[in-house]
Amino acid sequence: MINEIFELVGKLDGESGGMSRRDALEGVRRHGVRLALAAATPFVATGCAIVGEAIAPNRELAVQTLQFALLLEELEHAFYVQALQAGGLIPSSDRAVIEQISKHEGAHVTFLTTGITGIGGAAEAAPKFDFTGRGKYPGVFRNYRTFLEVAQMFEDTGVKAYKGQAANLITSSTLLTAALRIHSVEGRHAAEIRRLRGQKPWSGAFDEPATKQQVLAAVAPFIRQGATA
Amino acid sequence: MLPHPQFPTAERIPATLLPTVRRRTFLKFAGASILAAAASTLTSRGLLAASTGGVNLGNGDIGVLNFAYALEQLEAAFYTKVTSSFYGGASSREREYLSDIHQHEVAHREFFRRTLGSAGIPPLQFNFGSVNFHNRQSVLTTARTFEDTGVAAYNGAGQLLTDPNHLLAAGRIVSVEARHAAILRDLLQPRSTAFAGDDVVDGFGLGSVDSPETIMKTVAPFIVTPLNASGLPRK
Repeated sequence: MINEIFELVGKLDGESGGMSRRDALEGVRRHGVRLALAAATPFVATGCAIVGEAIAPNRELAVQTLQFALLLEELEHAFYVQALQAGGLIPSSDRAVIEQISKHEGAHVTFLTTGITGIGGAAEAAPKFDFTGRGKYPGVFRNYRTFLEVAQMFEDTGVKAYKGQAANLITSSTLLTAALRIHSVEGRHAAEIRRLRGQKPWSGAFDEPATKQQVLAAVAPFIRQGATA
Repeated sequence: MLPHPQFPTAERIPATLLPTVRRRTFLKFAGASILAAAASTLTSRGLLAASTGGVNLGNGDIGVLNFAYALEQLEAAFYTKVTSSFYGGASSREREYLSDIHQHEVAHREFFRRTLGSAGIPPLQFNFGSVNFHNRQSVLTTARTFEDTGVAAYNGAGQLLTDPNHLLAAGRIVSVEARHAAILRDLLQPRSTAFAGDDVVDGFGLGSVDSPETIMKTVAPFIVTPLNASGLPRK
């Protein structure tokens, strides 16, 4: 899995970062992804700076796009973490599914944060969230059906968002491919959440995209303005 | 001319989603693609195809779209067989899902046929001799393989496209393939992590990705018509 980071950094040789591919793989084996990722960060940053060069003059657009994706992933991750901690919310039969989704959203946050830093941007701190949607879903962490309704909205919105933003990354194969790969995972999540709700896993042969404005409008009720966690 | 994505009328791309890349970059890409398209029109109908004896997918965006068209033809043909006579004991839920998936794959195939027009490959011949269409496990595992393969194929092909309209069109299809894959996996391993299992999503939460070359090898046992993918762009 550390291979992805190497892909992201533009397949650098071990000589340039002071940390070799073998060291990194060893790090994963010993300490797990998160620690290895932290250890590899200076190395990643160097590599991403090179990717950043390659995508100039669209670097600013790429940073904005990844930042926007990060916000959605932070929203999703915080949502599932809170849900998994809420006693009596998730039936034991569905717990493995929700844990798997939560694991992926957390990995997306880590991946995007590293990527933004790497191409010379500054990952913004996560805002504070209000998962009742300003009171529209008061039972979101007490009532399982309400939780699933909000989860489906987040997942379907995530799929639309990546679709709408992909063209912003078209000048960087590395970033575009990473975004497409996340997009497909959100699609799997969306289908599974819909199934748990007893809904059709899809809405048709072609999924719709959404603009940044449309996505922000959908998630705005869940974000506390001006507050950071 | 580059092919313009031909969605069914209700599926047209909103104008607000048309290219957000810088105009100059876009024009540069578009220019290159038009040349590539012209070149591929010459080769796909001419010497290259004749010299290898295979159906040439073509170059540039057209080659990539034809690659996707071949996969959608494969899937549509498979589900046409599945739904024409369901395996014994298929639940109503399974019939509903497989019928929906069949309709989607036919819609995808027709999308590429209309979009590619005269640059499109002809209808391909398939061999599903290794599939037991009377057996649930055989049908569902084959379906799962096709869907997972489709997702990895689109994930890998996105970077080969130069026209943002083609990228968006591929994006509108791949997430539906991902939905199919998740649900087929769930039918095989209900209420487990299989829908987005660690075998198809890595430790960074990234879904599987493969080059057209690898994908062609995976699907080769099912495709009778010889295909020539040598003109596809590489990265």
